Amino acid sequence: MGAVVALDTLFNGGQVWKGRPAPPAASPQPTGHDALDAALPSGGWPEAALTELLIAAPGVGELQLVWPTLARLSAAGERIVLVAPPFVPYPQAWQNAGIDLRQLSIIRADEREALWATEQCLRSGSCGAVLCWPRQADDRALRRLQVAAETGQTLAFAWRPIQEAINPSPAALRIAIDTRPAQLRVLKCRGGLARSAPIAFSTHTGH
Amino acid sequence: MRWVCILFPQLALDAALRQRPDPDQPLALLTGPAQRRVLQAVNAPARALGLRPGQTMTAAQALSKGFATAEYDAAQIEHWQQFLAAWAYRFSSQVSVHYPRTLLFEIESSLGLFGPWPVFEARLRAELTELGFRHRIVAAPNPVAARVLANAYDALVVPDAETLQQYLGHMPVERIGLEPDVAMALSRMGLRRLSQVQALPRQTLARRFEAQVLKHLDALTGSRTLALSFYLPPDRFDVRIELNYDVQSHQALLFPLRRLTGDLSAFLCGRDSGVQRFDLHLEHAGLPDTVIKVGLLSAERAPAMLFELARGRLEQIQVEAPVRGFRLCAEDLPSFVPQRLELFDERPQQSLPWEQLRERLRARLGDDAVQGLGFRDDHRPECAWQMTSQPRSQACPVRDGVQRPGWLLDEPQALPQGQAQILMGPERIETGWWDGADVRRDYYLIETRSGQRGWAYRPVGEGGPLWLQGWFA
Repeated sequence: MGAVVALDTLFNGGQVWKGRPAPPAASPQPTGHDALDAALPSGGWPEAALTELLIAAPGVGELQLVWPTLARLSAAGERIVLVAPPFVPYPQAWQNAGIDLRQLSIIRADEREALWATEQCLRSGSCGAVLCWPRQADDRALRRLQVAAETGQTLAFAWRPIQEAINPSPAALRIAIDTRPAQLRVLKCRGGLARSAPIAFSTHTGH
Repeated sequence: MRWVCILFPQLALDAALRQRPDPDQPLALLTGPAQRRVLQAVNAPARALGLRPGQTMTAAQALSKGFATAEYDAAQIEHWQQFLAAWAYRFSSQVSVHYPRTLLFEIESSLGLFGPWPVFEARLRAELTELGFRHRIVAAPNPVAARVLANAYDALVVPDAETLQQYLGHMPVERIGLEPDVAMALSRMGLRRLSQVQALPRQTLARRFEAQVLKHLDALTGSRTLALSFYLPPDRFDVRIELNYDVQSHQALLFPLRRLTGDLSAFLCGRDSGVQRFDLHLEHAGLPDTVIKVGLLSAERAPAMLFELARGRLEQIQVEAPVRGFRLCAEDLPSFVPQRLELFDERPQQSLPWEQLRERLRARLGDDAVQGLGFRDDHRPECAWQMTSQPRSQACPVRDGVQRPGWLLDEPQALPQGQAQILMGPERIETGWWDGADVRRDYYLIETRSGQRGWAYRPVGEGGPLWLQGWFA
């Protein structure tokens, strides 16, 4: 009986490749983008972990990637904290994305304090998701965030410049967003091999 | 068993000791004129040095140099008794400070709430030990008997009048609260115990002694009730700790701060209120006080939280002069509404509620660091948002078909010619003529060469560059 359980954990952990692709179990934290869900070993964001989104510049759909998740969390009454966002969130756009603005909190802080505030929010366990934009975070700072996310069982998202892609990172999931062509590249994901093929990602601008 | 008497055998010493970080250091309280200082009270380590109450200061210094001294202040004793009454007020509405260094309060009606007496007593002892006061606790059917029995017993419970009579009967006449001359007269008559006095005919006692004596004896047995005036808690909290040395670092202020916030919390629990604003005064010699204002968004009273918030504010202050005294003042004490907590909380055990987290962030980052995103019904993008500390209760209406960028720039930026191509537009926004910030703009969805999507406008009727105002992130 014990061997069966061990095998199951191996399968679920994505450590054994099976010739026949099995539909992934429903993840507790689906991303809301089907193609991305299919590419991730857990079928969604890694739970209670740091996710790194690498972008070259603003305006490439980096928010649309997480809006479905935030909408789901805010509908469930979870608090969403933005620590030192680079721009002002436009309320109508966030509202149109289905996010309850009452669940949204914005923390103003400078670079050093922002990391501290992020860690506090993650560690507290009272937030559903914590979003941060570290500009000069080193490996140690990110590791702290990762540990804090584990401690507080909270989703953490960090947007970082694409130049950081060559540096190793303790984040559980690293996704780079490309614009030409519009696609997502999973650089690293815990619990499985990163899929080398990019995932098409169209920014829906609606008109 | 309706009344509890808590006797504080060394209230003055405890009050002085609890303001010191190291209570095991020898300490003596001094009294008397400057020419003849006399030791009024000493703690156990000082007693081990050979110091005794009643010694002169010179004699004490001849014995040892290694002890600290503090002034024996009668006003302080009164103050601490009031403080303890405020603490006891949470357990009973009938708290009396009728006797010095003693609290009397009625408990029969509180037992339903605080559990059976052994549990209740353990709680009282735990809280008093936490506050740093030595104590003796006796419960008895009437207040006078409780007070008298506290002279001789600790942790005594007298359930009914019969048992009370047994205990009282054994009490020596010197210790039943009679005037010394009356007690002396009784013992010279050969009456050593209260039972012997009570065996005498009342007329003879009435003839030999003042009426007070019989009244007191009747009050002891409960056949005559004593009129007690009850304690009313004050509407403000103001406690000061005098530091005996110049303090120049934050670290040294943390101990008194912990005491002060702990006391504030005990006081608030007694009143069943919380605190939303309080002031910390750092007193300097010859300079005006440094006042640190601590403000909270909601009423709180948890001691750890008050301490942490006050500490966060304190650590940011730069003080020019050494600190001599430390005072905590709270004027506004709104009623405390406990947080609603889920019975089955899915979050881990160590989780910190959002309200506490918010206060912690505000304490370090500034009062307006944590804000919600407010919404205003305005078509002008720069007017459509506002940061609020209290988010509105209703959600903003959803406009379908209107595409707005997720990010809005603080200031519009001019886009160089040829940097971007227009994907869609224009959408005209023309409004605001009534408040002076008139806006006539054509908005376009643009895409830059690197593939970023933005939201840019050009004022109507003007050429020139596009102004970038947002990113479709």
